[in-house]
Amino acid sequence: MKPAPFRYADPSTLGEALAVLSDEGAKVLAGGQSLLPLLSMRLAAPATLVDINRIPGLDAVEVTGDAVTVGALVRHDALLRHEGAAEVQPLLGRATANVAHPAIRNRGTTVGSIAHADPSGEMTSVLALTDGTVTVATTAGSEVVGWRDFFVGPLETSIPAGAVVTAATFPALPPRSGTAFAEVARRKGDYAVCGAGVVVTLSEDRQVERVLASYVSVGLTPEVHDLTEAVAGSPVEKADWAAAGALARTLVDPDTDIHASADYRRLLVGVLTERTLADAAAEAAGRAA
Amino acid sequence: MTSIDSERTITVTVNGVPREATVPVRRLLSDALRHDLGLTGTHVGCEHGVCGACTVVVDGAPVRSCLMLAVQVDGAEVRTVEGLAREDHQGGQVLHPVQEAFRECHALQCGFCTPGFLMTIAAGLEGRDNSVELTEEEVDDMVGGNLCRCTGYANIKKAVHHAAAAMKDDA
Repeated sequence: MKPAPFRYADPSTLGEALAVLSDEGAKVLAGGQSLLPLLSMRLAAPATLVDINRIPGLDAVEVTGDAVTVGALVRHDALLRHEGAAEVQPLLGRATANVAHPAIRNRGTTVGSIAHADPSGEMTSVLALTDGTVTVATTAGSEVVGWRDFFVGPLETSIPAGAVVTAATFPALPPRSGTAFAEVARRKGDYAVCGAGVVVTLSEDRQVERVLASYVSVGLTPEVHDLTEAVAGSPVEKADWAAAGALARTLVDPDTDIHASADYRRLLVGVLTERTLADAAAEAAGRAA
Repeated sequence: MTSIDSERTITVTVNGVPREATVPVRRLLSDALRHDLGLTGTHVGCEHGVCGACTVVVDGAPVRSCLMLAVQVDGAEVRTVEGLAREDHQGGQVLHPVQEAFRECHALQCGFCTPGFLMTIAAGLEGRDNSVELTEEEVDDMVGGNLCRCTGYANIKKAVHHAAAAMKDDA
């Protein structure tokens, strides 16, 4: 239960970090809350760890009217407490409140959990649900990559070896919309058995116009499911959220593991969808008023 | 030029005292505290971030010391369970209100998980405005990341309330 030997660098600029990362077997260390367990259990044994924690400028949360951009060193806890970010995209505060325990949130980074691409991660699912992007830096320069092109498989992304994900950008919540996020976990803060994030958008005459959902610990990569057809055109007060939950159950393809069967997860998808949609719709109605 | 090392000498302020240690870069902070600095109050349970027994406070925030490398605290301030008690006027020691509350409420039996709970709760209560009523949900969130396998959580949660009340009176 100790990491295998490696070499360590803690460069003070992104350029230096990228230079060291071009070595064979080099790996980025940010918050380390997923990487350190992998090292200690010897599921990963990189030759070199490139610690980016001493690079200035990567710990900023930038809020514009259109989006929230979260730097690579922003801890979950900082995002959780960022009022400006929550105003533009309320899912950020709601989802980060479900990320692990306070001691993990103090250290773990939101961008790191996205780059780790764990299907049980909350923020991967939020990036998808908000139709977000990541900024990927290599020695050739920086490029913006959409979430659909970024997530390839469980713990697998499209970024090339030697790259650093320097930021994630979450677009703003659209007008007349509301969100909610909920999880079922064995213990508060544990990996979710199932989690759900939803966005409900209303038309100007307060009818349901659009319903999107994304799930945690369901499927191999984050997915966004359009549930609009189950409730389209319903006045917000009369929408049948249970019907949307039932539709969601037919769209997901969860796996069985030691903690829950696929059938139980599918059941939770239905229950959490119905529950979160009711909350999100109430918020949307409030914002549309 | 970035230095790429297998071993480093670090300087870290632990419980107010500057300390120096030369460690292999793969040394976990939990092991560095125990083996290199001789502070065995920090307990090592699962070594993969699940149990919370090794929780210490780094630059004001509680973290799992098994999920940090010792080299990462170079230049930082670390507080461990050994740093909770205060010295009194006669050179003796006064327990921290959270330690006092654990004794008062029988919040420990074997004591293995206790240092992690103490650091988590002490940082949690010191970081909040204790004139605001502490909710059950807040307490659950605070201690939910630490595992206890013998006392159970009822008395630990009781101790959190007890300590919060004591710290409110002190303030």
